[in-house]
Amino acid sequence: MGFLRRYCRSAAAVVGLLLVLLVIGMALSAPWVFPRDPLGLAGRPLQWPGASPRFWLGTDNTGRDIAAQIFHGARVSLLIGLVATAISIGIGIVVGAVSGFYGGWVDDVLMRITEAFQTLPNFLLLLVLVAVFGSDIKTVTIAIGIVSWPPSARLTRAEFLSLRSREFVQACRVLGMRDTRIIFREILPNALPPVIVYASVIMAVAILLESSLAFLSLSDPNVPSWGNLIGAGRGTLRVQWYISAIPGVAILLTVLGVSLLGQGLNDALNPRLKGRG
Amino acid sequence: MRVLALALRRLAASLPTLFLILIGLFLLLQLAPGDTVDALMAQMGGGDPAMAEQLRSFYGLDAPVLIQLSRYIWRLVQLDLGFSAIYGKPVASVILERLPVTLLLMGTSLSFAFAVGMALGVLAARRVNKWPDALISTLGLIFYATPSFWFGMMGIVVFAIRLSWLPSGGFEEIGAGYTGLTRVADIAWHLVLPTATLALIFLSTYLRIMRASMLEVLTLDFVRTARAKGLSQTGVLVRHVLRNALLPGLTLIGLQAGTMLGGSVVVESVFNLPGLGRLAYESVVQRDLNTLLGIVFVSALLVILVNFIIDMLYAKLDPRISAER
Amino acid sequence: MSLLSIEGLTVALPRGGDRPYALSGVSLALDANEILCVVGESGSGKSLTAGAVMGLLPEGVVAEAGRVMFEGRDLLTLPEPEMRKLRGARIGMVFQEPMTALNPLRTIGSQIGEMFRVHTSLSAGERDIRVLALLEQVRIPDPVGAARAFPHELSGGQRQRALIAMALALEPKLLICDEPTTALDVTTQAQILELIRDLQRRTGTAVLFITHDFGVVADIADRVAVMRQGVVVEQGPAGEVLNHPRHPYTRALVAAVPPLAPPPAQVLGGETVLEIAHLSKTYRKRGFLARNRRVTHAVRDVSLKLPRGGTLGIVGESGSGKSTLARCLVRLLDPEQGSIHVDGQDRLALSRGDLRRDARRIQMVFQDPFASLNPRRRVGELVAQGPMVHGTPRAEAMARAKELFELVGLDPAGLDRFPHEFSGGQRQRIGLARALAMRPEVLVADEPVSALDVSVQAQVLKLLARLRAQLGLSMVFITHDLRVAAQLCDRIAVMRDGEVVEEGVTAAIFANPQHEYTRALFAAVPGKGWTPPVAFGAEEVA
Repeated sequence: MGFLRRYCRSAAAVVGLLLVLLVIGMALSAPWVFPRDPLGLAGRPLQWPGASPRFWLGTDNTGRDIAAQIFHGARVSLLIGLVATAISIGIGIVVGAVSGFYGGWVDDVLMRITEAFQTLPNFLLLLVLVAVFGSDIKTVTIAIGIVSWPPSARLTRAEFLSLRSREFVQACRVLGMRDTRIIFREILPNALPPVIVYASVIMAVAILLESSLAFLSLSDPNVPSWGNLIGAGRGTLRVQWYISAIPGVAILLTVLGVSLLGQGLNDALNPRLKGRG
Repeated sequence: MRVLALALRRLAASLPTLFLILIGLFLLLQLAPGDTVDALMAQMGGGDPAMAEQLRSFYGLDAPVLIQLSRYIWRLVQLDLGFSAIYGKPVASVILERLPVTLLLMGTSLSFAFAVGMALGVLAARRVNKWPDALISTLGLIFYATPSFWFGMMGIVVFAIRLSWLPSGGFEEIGAGYTGLTRVADIAWHLVLPTATLALIFLSTYLRIMRASMLEVLTLDFVRTARAKGLSQTGVLVRHVLRNALLPGLTLIGLQAGTMLGGSVVVESVFNLPGLGRLAYESVVQRDLNTLLGIVFVSALLVILVNFIIDMLYAKLDPRISAER
Repeated sequence: MSLLSIEGLTVALPRGGDRPYALSGVSLALDANEILCVVGESGSGKSLTAGAVMGLLPEGVVAEAGRVMFEGRDLLTLPEPEMRKLRGARIGMVFQEPMTALNPLRTIGSQIGEMFRVHTSLSAGERDIRVLALLEQVRIPDPVGAARAFPHELSGGQRQRALIAMALALEPKLLICDEPTTALDVTTQAQILELIRDLQRRTGTAVLFITHDFGVVADIADRVAVMRQGVVVEQGPAGEVLNHPRHPYTRALVAAVPPLAPPPAQVLGGETVLEIAHLSKTYRKRGFLARNRRVTHAVRDVSLKLPRGGTLGIVGESGSGKSTLARCLVRLLDPEQGSIHVDGQDRLALSRGDLRRDARRIQMVFQDPFASLNPRRRVGELVAQGPMVHGTPRAEAMARAKELFELVGLDPAGLDRFPHEFSGGQRQRIGLARALAMRPEVLVADEPVSALDVSVQAQVLKLLARLRAQLGLSMVFITHDLRVAAQLCDRIAVMRDGEVVEEGVTAAIFANPQHEYTRALFAAVPGKGWTPPVAFGAEEVA
């Protein structure tokens, strides 16, 4: 209970939470509010927002309902964001934990690999993966997860390095505990809070990466992604700039919400972290 | 001597990383559907399997994987990046043509983002929790959350289409035949929007880290010592806090060099700049895997180079560095 | 009139703190050419008093009432620019942590020279000359090199000397020393104390010296003020307060200082429970260039024996290898050479798995009461965990934890609370219970009382002595403090640079130390000429 109160002390954190809840609401309600295929022809193309009561956000250059694409796009963005983040954090935690706990040559090898991944520009690597493995939504999501794990591995490793030498971990070893138990039951719960906070950063980056890919029409063209819509609006930017502008605002607000949520979590978690040191 | 030893050590440390990257690129080539011969055959409009076999042995593609790997690495060590079927010339020369634009874009964006981000971070930290801080921090967050390509497009709508202040794309006025300073000015003119677009995202990151590290350094003991000496608030800031607070931001440049290169793919596409990023995009669309992997390799070299420079700068600023390791 | 007089100073803490006032009604007076020691435990407000004088209170902490009169002016009402002219120039300050108190990115010389930059119009050349003179004055070895060095290139003692040089640069009338020797080794501490006293005599500066250590008080103070929870409970001339303390709290604090004489030795059987033979442990630093590679002999050919039921003290300064030795004993570190026999079993010959299954025999109590307990586990579980890992059913282990809680003097009702709900001394008791839950043959205690306040330290020492008698514990006790060692140890081994320089029965070594290093250690013990007038542990803090 104390945690929720601490979280709500910051107005920015509350705004973040509300934004994220709004996007989740849109994603969940999309099939009921817009039951038709959002990528299907809905009406006359290039209607400005408000021009027709049926399309309150207007239609794009092929006559698709923009509002429907925004609602269904929320599903795509959230899904890609969550799954890619889970993949990235999963790899990151395992690599970081093993690397930080064991140190020595294991650490050397794993950190070289992490470094190699970090040296490759993540968006370029994403392009290569898409070029080699294709661009359906599953591949894109996994690829985003794969290009964004190194920072979480480094973070987990840093946490483990500092926790490993803490006396309570030494005490566990003196008591005769197994390494796996020490790693997962004793150290990990203490290392997790900053990693979870960092997940919000990864999720923001994942959403931005997917939208960039979609904007370049290198993502899955068969899903109503916000980035696809921005790309589609490029051709008529001179006059009908709203086609690109509206989904951009959606991305902005979603990423902003996720970031604020993460920051709020961090601030709410921190007092206790300070108190234990 | 100290710096030289450090430089050698850092360069040596990046060799295994480079080696791993090469292996990774080779594996991706192996995994990709179709090989060079398939591409050639497709260009020739098909052929019989016997000829394909012949070509494969000619290109060494029938050799065991490990031999192929070592040949591949040997080629790349000599900076032979292969041949681009699409552009009809060696990949290396295609990349070299495009590299300057990207370097220019990155250099200007990075300097701009770093300088302004640091300044705003200092400003926010000095007025922490007051309105200037709230304003700067909020703007920073919004820039951070904005997709760069969208930012660029909206910039085009406002500054190029509505106000007609700036060109909407391209590297320079084609066919205008500018030379000398006029050409420089023309290019600068064209680069205003792309630079701003690429810089704004990173600016917010530098702003946030500078603000955080300023606040962190301000709590350290030596700041109390400085105040006990009778230094004024500004004196403490300039003489003791700034340099210490600068270090995390410097590290971040190295960490983000790759992200920035990735960002230039999108920005160059939005503004039709003939740079490395746009080349990467084109080679994905045209399935020119050789060129794409070449770009990745060159980018990795660039990132390593940037990190090397950052390490040297860091060692110059922080006397503890070479003593510790 | 006094040089500095603090009158009825009341300082409020931000709302939500553990008490409304950090200081209430503090009155102190300090004359020129005098050293006033302010003594107190953590939370007594002694450092805040110094902060209030300097006008450097932490954010949100404000002086609400009272005056701080210095040279006829009230510092609390002085505008900031005026205050800045006093800081450094008229009032100098020396801090506790000489490493963090110096800017790591600037040379010592430029940081000392800054004093002249701020307060005088001396030229760069003149400043350099003054800096060198100052460094010579504080007797730093190689002053020219020290001026050019960065803080990390000097030792702790040298850094503290540099800080003192900085504080004295403009010959201030008042020098505030905030625990200036707490972070230093005893021998270095003795040198720094001597330096401060010597400089003070020569310059006639008034010194406000803040400390928690009565030994240091006995060495340096002209007058003493004892503080507790923001209130001065007793003040007077040093001889008076030290030898005839009146206030019960002062008496309790004095009673908590272990006397430098060992109590009568206990009679031990001849059986050896732990035998260490020719133990060596080296650290190797890898380096890219050969000249960067370094080998540190942390423990060098150490052979020691511990009789059953006895306590072996390992005494040494930082870097002596005593902690490395402790960690080798429990195999947190693997020594390269030698043997460790517990009850005849060679611990070094055991495989990782065997060692884990047989972890029971030798257990450890750690130094840091905050870091040694997993913050996310309930304390009952922490104590029961050890036996449970080795197959004891949960109910049985928890019942045992309850017994142990009573044994170490804790309320068993606290079993399902989290570590952060306990004080430092209580946490050390929990750590002790965790180790005892394994019923070890040998208990290794690594500085178990050095992070605790003096009064708590005395209580834990008494608990250890009681448990030793009650359970027949055999103990290896690591400490840097000869006073503590005297109270608990039957035998003492003095370590320096990884080697045992002297080993023997405690009383014999205290009566007649053989090795010159042991003699130097004894000479450096603060307050060695002073015998606490109240018997050790006879009176406790209410």
